[in-house]
Amino acid sequence: MLPEQITPGLLVFAAMGGIAALAALGVILFPNAVRSALCLVLNFFVLAGLYFTLGAELLGITQIVVYTGAIMVLFLFVIMLLNLAAPQQLNEKGDIKKPLGVVMGLGMLALILAQLQVAIGKDFGPRSEANFGTPEVVGRTLFTLYAFPLEIVGILLVVGIVGSILLAKRKI
Amino acid sequence: MQGVPLFAYIALALFMFTVGTVGVIIRRNPIVIFMCVELMLNAVNLTFLAFARYMPAMALQHNAAQRAQSQMAGQMMVIFVMAVAAAEVAVGLGIIMAIYRLRENIDIDELNLLKG
Repeated sequence: MLPEQITPGLLVFAAMGGIAALAALGVILFPNAVRSALCLVLNFFVLAGLYFTLGAELLGITQIVVYTGAIMVLFLFVIMLLNLAAPQQLNEKGDIKKPLGVVMGLGMLALILAQLQVAIGKDFGPRSEANFGTPEVVGRTLFTLYAFPLEIVGILLVVGIVGSILLAKRKI
Repeated sequence: MQGVPLFAYIALALFMFTVGTVGVIIRRNPIVIFMCVELMLNAVNLTFLAFARYMPAMALQHNAAQRAQSQMAGQMMVIFVMAVAAAEVAVGLGIIMAIYRLRENIDIDELNLLKG
């Protein structure tokens, strides 16, 4: 389970994982929505770095472009349009939900962690080929074996675009 | 990376998923709830990629072609999760905008029209 020796790779992973975990906590702990969004941007950036360490270069770049570039900008635009930055507008008053939610979350964490130790108990290194995340290999697979799901995702994205335009229009 | 066990990646993803779940429960701002859903999706993406890299079930497969296909499956799933998340965010933020225009208030605890 635990590695026997401290390697440089492990130190890099510990630093990146620590930043990602702290940023994830910041998303739910900051009362201001803009700060939550910026913490999420930091989390996605570090996550893209972790994808690189896993050998998935194309998906790391895609993570930066799609998530931190497009989706988070959309979030920040909506926060700006709704003017939610003023913290007094939505004061989060304490109620029974907060301790209950934390206890349930910790319970879920313990439950899955207990199962995880059984499932991947013995240690082993990376087994896939070194170039399995390059654009050439991913694109070849995407356009041969996964061509049909790709078309369906394209249809879904078109429907999403039309739907969001309809939702955002004042008069149809 | 050398020396990093699979368990480390899975534990980080599990922590992020738990934080996202707790955030969905305790926060009242629907935009922050949306961000927590994104956090959960990204945690699952990290799990997919970690398993795609380490492939704990590879010892079960002897066919080389099957092995080549199965090592790409995790990345394909991550691509589709990203596409679906992009569509989901566009529609969801449109719904939040529409609700705000209707009620001038987006506190999630006061949107109780469906209460019996």
